[in-house]
Amino acid sequence: MSRFLLQRLLSTVPVMAIVATIVFLLLRFSAGDPAAILAGDAATPATIAAIRARLGLDQPMAVQLVRWFWQLLHGDLGTSIISNQGVAHLIADRMAPTLALSATTILFAIVVAVPLGVVAAWKHGTIIDRAVMTLSVVGFSMPVFVLGYLWILGFAIRLRWLPVQGFSPLSDGIGPFLAHLVLPTLTLSVIYIALIARITRASVLEVLGEDYIRTARAKGVPERAVLMRHALGNAAVPIVSVIGIGVALLIGGVVVTESVFNLPGLGRLTVDAVLARDYPVIQGIILVFSGVYVLVNLAVDLAYVLLDPRIRY
Amino acid sequence: MRILRNPSVLFGALVLAALALAAIAAPLLHTVDPVQLTPRLRLKPPTGDHWFGTDGFGRDLWSRVIYGARISLAIGAMVSVVAVFFGLAIGLAAGFVRWLDGPVMRVMDGIMAIPAILLAIAMVSLNGASLVTVAVAIVIPEIPRVARLIRSVVLSVREEPYVEAAVGLGTRLPRLLWRHVLPNTLAPLVVQGTYVAASAILTEAILSFLGAGIPTEIPSWGNAMAEGRVYFQVAPWIILFPGLCLAVTVLAVNLLGDGLRDLLDPRLAKSVRGFR
Repeated sequence: MSRFLLQRLLSTVPVMAIVATIVFLLLRFSAGDPAAILAGDAATPATIAAIRARLGLDQPMAVQLVRWFWQLLHGDLGTSIISNQGVAHLIADRMAPTLALSATTILFAIVVAVPLGVVAAWKHGTIIDRAVMTLSVVGFSMPVFVLGYLWILGFAIRLRWLPVQGFSPLSDGIGPFLAHLVLPTLTLSVIYIALIARITRASVLEVLGEDYIRTARAKGVPERAVLMRHALGNAAVPIVSVIGIGVALLIGGVVVTESVFNLPGLGRLTVDAVLARDYPVIQGIILVFSGVYVLVNLAVDLAYVLLDPRIRY
Repeated sequence: MRILRNPSVLFGALVLAALALAAIAAPLLHTVDPVQLTPRLRLKPPTGDHWFGTDGFGRDLWSRVIYGARISLAIGAMVSVVAVFFGLAIGLAAGFVRWLDGPVMRVMDGIMAIPAILLAIAMVSLNGASLVTVAVAIVIPEIPRVARLIRSVVLSVREEPYVEAAVGLGTRLPRLLWRHVLPNTLAPLVVQGTYVAASAILTEAILSFLGAGIPTEIPSWGNAMAEGRVYFQVAPWIILFPGLCLAVTVLAVNLLGDGLRDLLDPRLAKSVRGFR
């Protein structure tokens, strides 16, 4: 087990190295001269040359790549060209709203989607099943921001139940903190619910055809226990793995949701950086999010061992 | 036709056909110039003259939505064809050329580890907004998904007795690919291609909405909605009408994909869907 753990941990290194290389190449192969981009529109040729020398852009590509890796290994993600602050520092500053929103979304999505999927599989072929599947396709097709504005219009502007936009830190009390997260969570979780419900239904449906389910029913196990223990328990691996894969969807959605609801998180930081053409920040955010994605999927692989005793590494 | 008896396919195909017709016949459909400014008519709610109301510059929203369909459909079609082409080529190469498999698939893993929207945002903001940049930025994150799928098809087809027999008989690689491998990739490609189109249409709208999409003077659904953001409380129709069209279009493409998947190969149900 510990050998597997080490191997699996090491296997994330090449993936992250490739991600870092892609991010590096992104800036080098872009249409403009990176130094000119960094210098801004009003820069003189002398400023551009100075920036080029400072960033080492006048050196061979291989040297630059090594330098980039060297910086990353030291946790140095570069410096914002707009605020002149360290990118790592900026990202840490904006982490809280994004983490809060992701956590509530993942929790809410699992709590809603798994029972929906199980019921759809259990009532396979009925109107309930069809309703869940239809909702799932619709949820998959609903643009995140359109949903967000629909919720705002309904719950915040018409009914005035919830705040329209903004974020309230946990330190100002849990009530306002949660109130500000309700609509963003409802918005962001829809696509995730669609994805998880679909996979839950499919994998529970497959398990329900197994002999041991018939055996359990035959020996009088209550239907509830058949579904929750026997069926869901054995269908857990694909469900957990899709929750991990879905994190990629979640990250894309976070960026949009945060700008709809004006949450001062990493998504806002991304959009602000894009509008200001603050490239070091964009690079840093991509690296951090990709790292999170890789780590989540590492955790998912490890969870297999807990969920399925047949899997032994 | 048997294929149209599937309700998902029928609904999807009808909606898309209607949309395509509307996009082509846009000038005939009670539209005016979608970029014409009429400051006098700013932020008017839907009326008989302006079916979807007007935006912050007094432009007719109905016209912008109808002309915007051209952009969305073009992006969807373009991205899915290009992504399928490159994904097929890479997947075939990885599946058949042993020494390429490892390195190529690691690069694909690397691209897949980067959230698609972030990668696209970065590429557009670095290269400047144009229709082509946006299309390329949307295509690149999609390619690895197609490549992975094709590689898995190739790996399983390679084990089939008829392929072994063909190899044993000395069939050359091009003929082997053409006769035995490509036909097997067709069904998954059609299905995956549809899903790619749906996700491309959504991604373009998201990019434009965030201000990292196609140039703002082009009337697209994402651009229309981006402009509606500031007026959302007074003129919600600016976001809702294009948003609704976007949702219905993506739904139609997704249903078409689901229906085709069920028709072409029920076994695909698990391998294709959900990994997007």
